[in-house]
Amino acid sequence: MTVADYAFYAFALVAVAAGLLVVVARNPVHSVLWLILAFLSSAGLFVLLGAEFVAMLLIIVYVGAVAVLFLFVVMMLDIDFAALKAEMAKYVPLAALVGIVILMQLALAYGAWEQAEGALGLRQAVTPDLNEIHNTRALGLLLYDRYIFLFQTGGLILLVAMIGAIVLTLRHREGIKRQNVLAQMYRDPAKAMELKDIKPGQGL
Amino acid sequence: MISADISIVLPEIALAIFAFGALMFGVYTGKDRTAPLLIWLTAGFMVALAFWLGVGATGNREAFGGMFVNDAFARFAKVMILLSAAAVLVMGQDYMQRRDMLRFEFPVLVSLSVIGMMIMVSAGDLMALYMGLELQSLALYVLASIRRDHAKSTEAGLKYFMLGALSSGLLLYGASLTYGFAGTTVFSGIITTLQAGDMSLGLLFGLVFLLTGLAFKVSAVPFHMWTPDVYEGAPTPVTAVFATAPKIAAMALLARLAHDAFGPAVGDWTQILAVLAVLSMFLGSIAAIGQRDIKRLMAYSSIAHMGYALVGLAAGTAGGVQAMLVYMAIYVTMNVGAFAFILAMERDGRPVTDIRSLNMYSRHEPLKALALLVLMFSLAGVPPTVGFFGKLYVLRAAVEADMTWLAIAGVIASVIGAYYYLRIVYFMYFGEEGETLDRRMPPVQWGLLMASAAVMIVGVVNLFGIDPLAAVAAQTLVR
Repeated sequence: MTVADYAFYAFALVAVAAGLLVVVARNPVHSVLWLILAFLSSAGLFVLLGAEFVAMLLIIVYVGAVAVLFLFVVMMLDIDFAALKAEMAKYVPLAALVGIVILMQLALAYGAWEQAEGALGLRQAVTPDLNEIHNTRALGLLLYDRYIFLFQTGGLILLVAMIGAIVLTLRHREGIKRQNVLAQMYRDPAKAMELKDIKPGQGL
Repeated sequence: MISADISIVLPEIALAIFAFGALMFGVYTGKDRTAPLLIWLTAGFMVALAFWLGVGATGNREAFGGMFVNDAFARFAKVMILLSAAAVLVMGQDYMQRRDMLRFEFPVLVSLSVIGMMIMVSAGDLMALYMGLELQSLALYVLASIRRDHAKSTEAGLKYFMLGALSSGLLLYGASLTYGFAGTTVFSGIITTLQAGDMSLGLLFGLVFLLTGLAFKVSAVPFHMWTPDVYEGAPTPVTAVFATAPKIAAMALLARLAHDAFGPAVGDWTQILAVLAVLSMFLGSIAAIGQRDIKRLMAYSSIAHMGYALVGLAAGTAGGVQAMLVYMAIYVTMNVGAFAFILAMERDGRPVTDIRSLNMYSRHEPLKALALLVLMFSLAGVPPTVGFFGKLYVLRAAVEADMTWLAIAGVIASVIGAYYYLRIVYFMYFGEEGETLDRRMPPVQWGLLMASAAVMIVGVVNLFGIDPLAAVAAQTLVR
């Protein structure tokens, strides 16, 4: 076994163990921390595959943003996690069913699965030759050149999501005072205030 | 390469840029005060685009490596989508304005959703299909709950979102299985792998899941559960949007996927579509009988009509696709008219949706009652109207494809379905005397109601010549 093999087993074991602990940990904050560990070890697996860009993406986006967001949500929301956990027993049969379905899919994928003759070639034909160019660059070529249409459509979808969020949540409240920066800056001190010289003992 | 590609997707780009412009205009000027103007501008722009697409482009062109196809079929569907969306937009303006729920985002969201529909009907790739579908649905989810302080509207939005997300998941699952087998997501690639060998288990699963996901979108039984609740809960102008353009887009997408990607497996998918069609026709007809609310009734009516359109597709021939296209054109025209009427159903300025409020409507409003009578006859498929010919076409296509049992089922279902359409007519002409509806009807709604009713009668002559156009469209799809 080479170093890469050892590294693979280490990352894989840690990923599986951390994934399990996410579900069974009593404290939700610990769950999020285990989730971060799971992300990190998956990033390691990606590096072993030679997909370093995806690995960095996983760390920056998932660990750096998503997991931290989870942490905030978990800590800010007032949810009784103990009660939620107690309810979990009710859903065990359903979860088991989903698990069985996924296992069957795995069996299908590794056992009875057959693909069309040219499928492997077609699948590789899309990606640029990785021996010649860097995989970040290959991703860029795919995303911004070959699939530019889909990329732009994705942009439209995000625009719809943004408009939707604003339409459904933003409320313009009437009758409250808003800050008007320009009005504040263009105010003339001479008009806004008056200096009075008050002699001692006379009062205003 | 890129400029040639862009010239092919130019209509979509133009609409997108228009939507951005409208959004910016609305935000930086009068906000919701600009909404009526934006609605008319958007509708005008859509009509212009429809004209451009209908007259300008010819031939069969592909862009972005086959991801986007601009052929006669896509153009036919796009013209229908654009025209119906424009009609529905201007129709709902008065209703929304008077109930203080007209937001300037409404026309913007509708145009973005229409872009999604245009991408759907032009999709030549599973990924493009999915992106178009999501763009379309996401905008529609927002529209369903646009009346956000109204419990029913938000409920409709949430239900639609949940079930829509589920159906997208199924669709994606099917797409990934198909990709796993074929090694490509381009339709032309999938069809060549299919021609090379037998239908494998994985591809069959993929096909079933893809069709399931799309059946959700066209609300075919047994994936119709969301339709009545969403139609009832959403504001009526939005319901009118749901009942028209998205249905054409999803139906056209179904046809394109079936023929362009799974053409050689015709025996496999016609079975699935035939079962969906029979279930939709019967459930739509039977479940509507007990409905009192006209919006729920229209929901079941649309389920039944999708069943008939699926009969055309289930035939699996060019004639079937042609019949489906003609049927959808007729269906959309009828629905525009029917919703123009429903939008104006109100008593003391408040909307009513109970069908018994139509009691003796003919005595007070003979002309409008007559127009609705024609529309209801057409929806039911009673002979002297265009609706009858629509049904005749799809059933004939089924018979020609040796699926006589399907045609017989369609006839039986349409007889059952005629009951609830005719019941509305009964209420209007022979019902009991009771409280009547307001006589007010804005000119736009009146015009569309009358135009749609007139089309149902006059169109009998030659269906306004859409039949040969639909034939050309179907020929480009079924090779």
